[in-house]
Parts: sequence; C-alpha cells; structure tokens
Amino acid sequence: MSKILVFTETTDNNVKSVTLEILGRLAGQDIDVACIGNLPDEGAKALTEHGAANIHKVTGAGLEKYSPEGYSKALKAVIEKGGYDYVMAGSTSLGKDLFPRLAGIFDAGMATEVTNFTMDGGTFAGTRPLFAGKVLAKVEIQGPKPHFVTVRPNALGMPESTTAGAGNLQDLAAEVGEIRAAIKEIVKGASEKVDLTEANIIISGGRAMKNAENFKILEECADVIGATVGASRAAVDSGFAPHAMQVGQTGKTVAPSLYIACGISGAIQHLAGMRTSKVIVAINTDPDAPIFTKADYGIVGDLFKIVPILTEEFKKIM
Amino acid sequence: MNIFVCVKQVPDTETKVTPNGDGTFIETSSIKWIMNPYDEFAVEQALLLKAANSGSTVTVLRVGSTQDTEALRTALAMGADEAILVESDDNLDSYMIAKSLKGAIEKSGKSPDILFTGKQAIDDDCLQVPQLLAQMLDLPSVSVVVGFESNDGLVTLKREVEGGALEVYELSTPVVVACNKGINTPRYASLPGIMKAKKKPLQNLSLGDVGVSADDRRVKYSNFQLPPEKPPGKKFDAMDEAKQAEVVAEVVQLLRNEAKII
Repeated sequence: MSKILVFTETTDNNVKSVTLEILGRLAGQDIDVACIGNLPDEGAKALTEHGAANIHKVTGAGLEKYSPEGYSKALKAVIEKGGYDYVMAGSTSLGKDLFPRLAGIFDAGMATEVTNFTMDGGTFAGTRPLFAGKVLAKVEIQGPKPHFVTVRPNALGMPESTTAGAGNLQDLAAEVGEIRAAIKEIVKGASEKVDLTEANIIISGGRAMKNAENFKILEECADVIGATVGASRAAVDSGFAPHAMQVGQTGKTVAPSLYIACGISGAIQHLAGMRTSKVIVAINTDPDAPIFTKADYGIVGDLFKIVPILTEEFKKIM
Repeated sequence: MNIFVCVKQVPDTETKVTPNGDGTFIETSSIKWIMNPYDEFAVEQALLLKAANSGSTVTVLRVGSTQDTEALRTALAMGADEAILVESDDNLDSYMIAKSLKGAIEKSGKSPDILFTGKQAIDDDCLQVPQLLAQMLDLPSVSVVVGFESNDGLVTLKREVEGGALEVYELSTPVVVACNKGINTPRYASLPGIMKAKKKPLQNLSLGDVGVSADDRRVKYSNFQLPPEKPPGKKFDAMDEAKQAEVVAEVVQLLRNEAKII
C-alpha cells in the first residue's frame, strides 16, 4: 500500500469530477486529498465518500488566485508534512501547468496525462497515449519520491462502487512568499460551456462548414444535448473557428462519451486527437472519407441537411 | 537582450507512427522530421522581440539526435543568430531534456533575459519541459501563451485556459514563455535566410558536457503499441433527401438504445 496525495480543483459547488475518477481507481491505498482555497461542502462530502482519509485545505496570502509558484509552494508544504509516495491530479489546464513545476521542486519524475493506471503492490504503472494517441505505451516512474502523475479527465470513468474514508478536514496555513508570475486579470472566453478536454459530448465541424456563421447549426444542436462545439484544423486554419476549439494533434486531445464529426474528412492528425471517444458519429458527403473508419455510426449525407434533423430528433428525446 | 529559444524535432503530423520491433520506442527509420509546430511560434516570438530590441541575440537550443538537424537549421534560417545542439537519443524524458537545456544555457556563458519554448512537443505530449526548466533555473514561467507584449523588461502574457478564457500575467523578465498557436504567425525561411544559416555558429555538446547521465532518467517507457482498432461501425446512406429523416431517427435511436449514450 502506498501513501498518495490527490490534488483537487474545485468548481462553484463541488470538486472536479476527474478527482473522483482518480480516487475511485486508488481504492485500497492510503489516500489524502489537498485543495487550495475554498472547498464547497458538497465537494468535501464527495471526497469523503470516495475514500479520502485526510482533506488538507490550504490557505494563505497569495493563494487567492492560481499561480504556478504559489500553488507549487503550497503543495510542497503539504507533501513534506505527509511524506507521500505519489501525488496525483487531473490533467487540466491548471494541472498541466502546475505539476511539472511541483515535480521539479522535488527533482522527481512525472507521468503526464495517463489514460489508465494500476497500483499493484502499491507501485504505479500507467498507460499513456503518445504522438497524440497514434501509439500507446506503458509508463513507469523511477528516481526520488514522491512520483507525480496527471490523469486525463473522462478516461478512467467514475467508479461503480466506493469505500468511504474518514474525511478529516485539516486546515493548513501556507507561506508562499514572493510570486513573480501572478494573474492580473482573467478575460472570460467566448464559451461558458465545459471545455473540450472535459466535455462529455462534442459536436465538431470541419472544412465543409464553409464559414464561421454556419457553426450556428452545430451550436443549436449542442444546446439540446449539452455538448461543446469543436473544430478540425482545416476549419480553424480557414478562419471558421478559434484555435481554442481545435481538436487534433496540434489542438486538443479529447475523450468524450459521444463525438459527432460534421463535414470532417478525418485527417490522421484529427483522428489522433479524438479516436478515444467512446462513441463516434460521422456525417460526411464522401462515403470514402477516413472518418468513417473510426465511426460507430456513419451517415453519408450533407451536414447542412442532416444536422438540423438531428437537432430535432434529439429534442424529442431529451 | 539574451533571448533563448528551445526547439524539438518531431515526426511530421501526417506521419503514420508505428511501434518498433521490440516495443521500446517507435519505428524512426522512415520518418520525416520537422520542427515541433508549437516551437515555430517560440522562434517567431524571439525574432519579433529581437527586432524590437537592437543588440539582442537569439540563441536556439535543441536536445536530440544528429541524424537530421532540420529544426535547428529552420530556426537559423528564420533568423536566429546561433544554435547549440546537445547530442542525445531522441527518447530522453522531460527531466533529462530540461536538465540538458539548463546545462546548455550555462555553457553558453549568457544569462538569459527571456526563454521561449512551444507549449508542448507533439511527440511525447508531456508538457513538462518549460515548467521544469523554469523551476531548475529558479525563474517564473507562463505556459500556453497566446498573447505577448513587452515593454522595458516588463512583459504582459495571456495564457489560454479552459473554454478559451485568458489569464493575464504581468511580470518582469527573466521568464520562461511557452507559446501556443495564436501568439503570432511564424515567418517562412527565405532563400537568403537559408543560405546565411549555413554560416551561423552551431555548437555541439554531449550529455556529459551538460551534466546529464543515465541516472537522471525519471520516466521509463515500454510496450509501445498501436491503440486497439474499433470494430467496423454502421454506415447509412442519406444522400437521398427522402431517406434523411429515417436515417437520422435510426441513428438517434441507436445512440439511445444500443450505445446508451444519450
């Protein structure tokens, strides 16, 4: 059995679901959780239900907003106090930025964005996609402890059953000192929806969308099924959508439950970024488009005709 | 200003990647190598900053094999002044690469005012080196940067996070800036640029020169394999307008009752 710290990010009223996915996979290990700043009651309850023994709530001057230096120093204090073998977190925007710096503080190794892992005998062994998912490899960490791991959201899935932990809330005041790179302001994005990397359903458009205006039909469908809208590189390079919406090797790698590809031919670098989606629907006028080789359900047809009908059909059942 | 750019050489995005015979890495014999696409933004930003600060030099660093030096030659042809190559295998882990870059910077004899990298390399997709390097050099870092402004040692950086929101950082140099698509439009290397690049200084260092050994390995990979192929799906012809409603209704029904996803 290993002693493991899971760092969690919070939402307005809970913890991010990737934390619970990780806790589910760690059942049977000695697990503590750390969060920085406010922890909603629902979140504390969920962490306890999913096996957290201690929940460290870290506060201090300079920790009101995220910063790589402030957060890494705060977690360093928790890690040194607890003597952990492993430190894990979701591979989110924040996790991806923070964890390499934190690993660097300990001169320790880190496995980025694993999609699966085991803890046999208390030792981590993971699987992670490389080359944007064109290949998978087994990843192990060696050298000084603790070892650091980030996990791709939606990859493990929620545990079917859970074993509750003690859930002792521990307040910790951290002195993080000077923070050189600090956030001055946050400019809200165009989309208030769940980010592509965490979305449960994605509907994406390709070059066949013809222009930015036409993405409206995808947005209408997305609103009905609670999806986030994405785009192919061809659509982004043609100026139909911002890069933040790009799915693929030079965009975002996604793993939703449902991916609907509209007018996307399926270039190798796009397929690499979305092939781990659980169910793929493709709509394309070209019956030989490579996207159909990855689709569970392929519709050979004109997206401008098909998508509005799809939206109406979804309305009937949602 | 001493401007540093770190670049990596990676397989072209259109490459079909396959595991090698014993599954210890990928088959590299027939790969077309390119500069990591995100690193092009880093090189461009370095050149823009140099243009705005006369007397600056741009030093490009790369850790990797000598088989092909496409990435460094491209950076020099775009306008970088000099290059340092730390010779190694192409499968070092992030810790070894960051430590090699740190060693190479120290060997250069220049104290960096700013360091640019891509936000990630599209081969191992680890997104670790910029932050690790910053930590090793005790510098601040900002990653996934889509906006850059510089004024008299003060930089304003826009970092893209979930949903396209931007975190705006304002800080003094030196700093490590990991660039994302959107920050600029990389220039193409001109023919005179390519000719000139041949005469620019390129220093070769060994891992030993930069203080890195096999003991520095932190992450071990094995069992490289292709992802499992999906069984073929169901394909419906809806080119005929009369069939569209029927086909869509059937797919939605399958999503609900067979895939149980909606």
